[in-house]
Amino acid sequence: MQRRELLKMIMAATGVAMVGNSAFAYVLKSPVPLTDTVFNQGDVDLFNDIAERILPRTDTPGAKDANVGLMALILANDCYSKTERDAFIVGFNSINTQCQARFGKGFSSLSISEQNAFLQDLGQAASVYNKKQDLYYLSTAPFDKNRDSTDPTPHYFTLIKQLTIFTFFTSKVGATEALRYEAIPGKYNGELDYKKGDRAWAT
Amino acid sequence: MANNHYDAIVVGSGISGGWAAKELAEKGLKVLMLERGRNIEHIKDYTNAFYEAWDYPHRGIATEQMRQENPILAREYTLNEMTAGMWATHKDHPYTEVKRFDWFRGYHVGGRSLLWGRQSYRWNAEDFTANQREGVAVDWPIRYDDLAPWYDYVEKFAGIAGTKEGLDVLPDGQFLPPVPLNIVEKDVAKRIEKAFKGTRHMIHSRTANITQPMPEQNRVGCQYRNKCWLGCPFGGYFSTQSSTLPAAMSTGNLTVRPFSIVTQVLYDKNTKRARGVEVLDAETNQTYEYTSKIVFVNASSLNSTWILMNSATDIWEGGLGSSSGELGHNVMDHHLSVGASGEVEGYDDKYYSGRRPCGFYIPRFRNWGGEKRDYLRGFGYQGSASRGNWQNNVAELGFGADLKQALTEPGGWSIGMTGFGEILPNHLNKVTLDKTKKDKWGLPVLSMDAELQENEVRMRKDMMQDAMDILTAAGVKNVHGWNNDSPIGKGIHEMGTARMGRDPRSSVLNAFNQVWDAPNVFVTDGACMTSASCVNPSLTYMALTARAASYAVEELKKGNL
Repeated sequence: MQRRELLKMIMAATGVAMVGNSAFAYVLKSPVPLTDTVFNQGDVDLFNDIAERILPRTDTPGAKDANVGLMALILANDCYSKTERDAFIVGFNSINTQCQARFGKGFSSLSISEQNAFLQDLGQAASVYNKKQDLYYLSTAPFDKNRDSTDPTPHYFTLIKQLTIFTFFTSKVGATEALRYEAIPGKYNGELDYKKGDRAWAT
Repeated sequence: MANNHYDAIVVGSGISGGWAAKELAEKGLKVLMLERGRNIEHIKDYTNAFYEAWDYPHRGIATEQMRQENPILAREYTLNEMTAGMWATHKDHPYTEVKRFDWFRGYHVGGRSLLWGRQSYRWNAEDFTANQREGVAVDWPIRYDDLAPWYDYVEKFAGIAGTKEGLDVLPDGQFLPPVPLNIVEKDVAKRIEKAFKGTRHMIHSRTANITQPMPEQNRVGCQYRNKCWLGCPFGGYFSTQSSTLPAAMSTGNLTVRPFSIVTQVLYDKNTKRARGVEVLDAETNQTYEYTSKIVFVNASSLNSTWILMNSATDIWEGGLGSSSGELGHNVMDHHLSVGASGEVEGYDDKYYSGRRPCGFYIPRFRNWGGEKRDYLRGFGYQGSASRGNWQNNVAELGFGADLKQALTEPGGWSIGMTGFGEILPNHLNKVTLDKTKKDKWGLPVLSMDAELQENEVRMRKDMMQDAMDILTAAGVKNVHGWNNDSPIGKGIHEMGTARMGRDPRSSVLNAFNQVWDAPNVFVTDGACMTSASCVNPSLTYMALTARAASYAVEELKKGNL
């Protein structure tokens, strides 16, 4: 059944025209203002620059196109436990300092290859750090950890990666342009043909 | 006051309350339905129904502040931005935990019918006789045959998708076409059938989602969005709002009063009947009396018992129904958080489209057909197979275009299932009134003192091992099992505390759900359950309610109530 017909059915059945309201008129903004967090626009820009290297624009939009920095920092501010938040902030704030020491300029001013080299090393350090703490399984979703768990907090670069991946693929840009999305599937096909390269469903 | 009198009062508007209101109103009674929480209007009030992750301030995730403020909801999936405000909070609705008890409640019109898991299975014949045969608790006063026509009746109206399987352990019903299994589930089902020589079965879930439109109910049907818990604008799943309430309203016989906390059933000791209920208006704190010929108590298991405990205390200190010594006792639920999962090789050229509201079901096979384990009763499994997505583990994949490409493609197939086990009725598992603690209306709260006993603990070993064995036998790789904590309440299938029985000295309700001590009071929600089976209970509440309502009207006509 076509969506248009469905909408007609809903209206006929209920006298309510509810689909097509503002829920579909997406605007790329967050109801949580950045000023309600400990972060500022400079932090958002830095996060976006790092995230763009993690999930760069290719033939589909990248992290910066989805402005993941804003939501990532809102989530780090509001949804992390205190321990996670502290670990994230200390680590995140150290990035420009490290880049200054190594390249004489901040992360955002580095060339792409310098950025990649820096993140490569940071990724190595994260891997060593996480293994030392027996953290082998690390989800790309930052919030599925059992809240009562006493597992140590992963390396801050792992947190940055998790936040990037989560906020990108749950953004409208990431879900509908990098992945496949259908608001009203209407039916279930459990034997859909698939060929390598076809994109996954967003949800 | 003249307008405070009705033929029938229904306390509660969830799954069983909705059915009571519909049945009684359709039979011509003037019905007042009382709901302690706010109204929720079908479609109009489903404000999040079309939201996706990106529409929420935190992508749907609970904030740390929400977790601090709602420590009990935070124990489970119940705390998130999508359903915030739908699950009752501990702050406004406290209770006492002598032992950990996860109590998840929906205090609004529709109750948990808006939030339920929708799995709908009939009890089998043995579920009604096991207590008697094994000497557990008391015998059910009814048998499967008493309820079978009522299962037929409620299934046709509610709309249950499923397949006829011809299994005694899981009787067939009146089904709409099933929600499909995917290709991996179908193949795994075949392998299980073969490996266990037809003694274990993986079948379609039976779910209260409609796979065919029901124009007579203005229900368009399931659109495979898997957002049931947000309220469905398509009427895709059974809820009070989508099904029973419009039917009841269309009779012109129903009045719904939200914000009405029923504090007691008013008992007349001369007639030995209830004469109505006392209501505390949750907004104004004013107290009202509503009178009626019959009262249906459908406030959800533990709250129905709470009402009885607060009623007729001048006659019975422990409240209406306490003369049995069993009011508040025999709390049951289903124990879960135990199961297994693994990876399925192959099928790289297959995927799926659409988001199902359910998956597969494996009916009980233990202690069935003459087998005897070191525990009584059994369990079933619910699960599904799917391909991985960006949420899977890619910690070692580094970063950049390769990572992005890998995350935008579906991963390998995996399959998992979780057990739902029967909990035996046990006098030791109980709820009582905690008069030392009051809620914001000054009402005493419930105190929970229940935990899994030996039988359940032993069963859980099988529940994990069998899940692993089934998957392994079906060729699933890297199978791992789990057996986590399962406090009572976590299954959100609270049952018991005002059980049905054959003897007023050991049960609260008779075979038609009448309180022995006040026959015009009917309790037809989960409180009435004498044992728990291992299948999801709501369909049985529907059938029991429709049956009791029919009986109540007949008895009224005969002048017996």
